[in-house]
Amino acid sequence: MGFSALEEMGRRAKEQEKPLWQVVWEEDCAFSQMEPAASLEKMKAMYRAMKEADASYQEELVSASGLVGGDGGRMARYVESGACLCGPFVGRMMERALKMAENNACMKRIVAAPTAGSCGVLPAVLLTCQEMLPAEEERILEALYVAAGVGEVIASRSSISGARGGCQAEIGASSAMAAAAVVTLKGGSPEAVFHGAAMALKNLLGLVCDPVAGLVEVPCVKRNVVGAVNALSAADMALAGIRSAIPPDQVIDAMRDVGDRMSVELRETGKGGLADTPAGRAVREQLEKQSRGGSQEDVG
Amino acid sequence: MGVFDIIGPVMVGPSSSHTAGAVRIGYIARKLLGEPVRRAQIDLHGSFLATGRGHGTDRALVAGLLKMQPDDTRIPISLYLAEQAGMEVVFGQVDLRDANPNTARLRLEGESGARLEVVGSSIGGGRIRIGQVDGMEAHFSGESPTLIIRNQDKPGCVTEVALLLSEFHLNIATMQLYRDRPGGLAVMVLECDEEIPLGAREWLSQMDGIEKVTYLGLKEGR
Ligand code: SF4
Repeated sequence: MGFSALEEMGRRAKEQEKPLWQVVWEEDCAFSQMEPAASLEKMKAMYRAMKEADASYQEELVSASGLVGGDGGRMARYVESGACLCGPFVGRMMERALKMAENNACMKRIVAAPTAGSCGVLPAVLLTCQEMLPAEEERILEALYVAAGVGEVIASRSSISGARGGCQAEIGASSAMAAAAVVTLKGGSPEAVFHGAAMALKNLLGLVCDPVAGLVEVPCVKRNVVGAVNALSAADMALAGIRSAIPPDQVIDAMRDVGDRMSVELRETGKGGLADTPAGRAVREQLEKQSRGGSQEDVG
Repeated sequence: MGVFDIIGPVMVGPSSSHTAGAVRIGYIARKLLGEPVRRAQIDLHGSFLATGRGHGTDRALVAGLLKMQPDDTRIPISLYLAEQAGMEVVFGQVDLRDANPNTARLRLEGESGARLEVVGSSIGGGRIRIGQVDGMEAHFSGESPTLIIRNQDKPGCVTEVALLLSEFHLNIATMQLYRDRPGGLAVMVLECDEEIPLGAREWLSQMDGIEKVTYLGLKEGR
C-alpha cells in the first residue's frame, strides 16, 4: 500500500538505517509483489521514457483547440540567447516543462507523474539536474523513488486528481514530488526532503483546476512551469535549513481540506475560473460546434 | 496505489481518462469480439461526447479496436490506419441513463460477421469498467481473465458452469449474475485468476441453455 504518512516513512528509514529511497523501493516491492531488480528496471524505463519524450518535442505541432504549441521552441531560443532573467539552469528547466506539457496536449507519448496534466514538472527538474549539476543516472532513479513515495502519501492522505482536489492536487503534488527529488539529489536529510515537499505544496495551496473547454491545455501547459520553478525554490529553501512551520503531513491534510471546500466549478469541470472567461467560453463553444457537427443523432 | 501508479503509466496524451482509458475500452472490446473489426459504430456519452474530440477520445477508441495499447505512438493516426485496414468507423452520440460521464457504446461487427455490443466507462487514471455486454448488465475491469456467459435463466445452469470450471481446476475470483426477467435471458460474468483454456470454453458453449460465450484473455492472440 505504500506509506500513508511522511513521518512514518522517515521513521522507517531511521530505524532501519536506510536511505529514504530504499524504504520506498522495498515497501513497494513487498506490496506489489515485484522483484526488486524488476522494479529498478521499470523505474529506469520510466526515466528513459521521460528523456525520449523530451527529445521528441516538435515545435510545429498544435493541440486540438489550436491554443497550445510552439512555446517550448520560443523558450529554447530565448534561453539560448542568454537573455533569460532566471539564468540558464532555470531557463532550461522552464523550456523542458513547456515542451513536455505541450507534448501531452499534442497527443505525444509522455509519462504521467502523477497525472498527464502535470507530466512536465518532474522530468523538467530531473533532466535539467542531470545535465547541469551534473547527477548520475543512478542517483536520479533513487530520487524518483523518493518522489513517488511522497506522491503516494499525498494520494493516500489527500488526492492527486484535479477533479477531486483542484490543480493543487496535480501541479501541487508534482511540484512537491519534484522538490523532494531535488533535495534527495543534493544529499539533503529526510527532514529536509519532507520540508522541501511541504513548502512546495504550501505555496500552491488553493490552486484551482479550470481548464478551458475541459481540455488539458490552458492553463495546464504553463502551470507545469510554475510547478518546476516552485519545486526548485522550495528545495533551495529546505537545503538552506529553512523549515515549514506546519509539519509536512499536516500540510498535505490542509491540501485535502482546501480541495474539499473547493466548489465543483473549480475542479476540472471547465465551468469556472479561466474556463469561464469570455475567451474561454468562446473556445468551448467553437469546439462543441465542431464535435457535434460531424456526428449523427442517436439517442438510446 | 503503488510507485508506478504515481510515476507512470507511459501513455499518449492528453488525458488519462479521456485518452488512455478510451484506448483500453476499445482494446477490451476488440479482445471480446475475438477477431478483427470490420465495422464499428461508436457512440459517445457525457463528457466523452462534450470534450472527446479535443482529447482524442475518438482516435483512442479506434486505436484500441486496432489492438493498440495506451502508449502506442500511432494513436493520433488511428483513423487513417483503420481505413487502411478496411475497418469502417461511424461516430454518433448517445445519452445513456445513469452512466459515468466518460462512457462509450461500441457496436462491432467482426471479419466473420460476429457481432458484439459493449458499453465501457473510463473511471480515472486510465482504468476502465465495462458496464454492459450485448445489452445486458455486466461489470468488470478487464484486468483479469473474464468469461461472459449468456444463457437461458433455468435452474442448475450456474452450478453446471461452476462444476465444469472446477473440473478444469480453474479458480473463480468473482462471479456476478444478471437477468432481464425470471426465466428469460441471464448473464454470468466470471473473473478468474488464470487464463481459461479454449477446451473449457468450447465445452461451455456446447452446454444446454447457453447461448453465447465471450472470453477476455490477457494474453496476446485473438
Ligand atoms: S488545470 Fe486541471 S487539468 Fe490542468 S493541469 Fe491543473 S489539474 Fe490538471
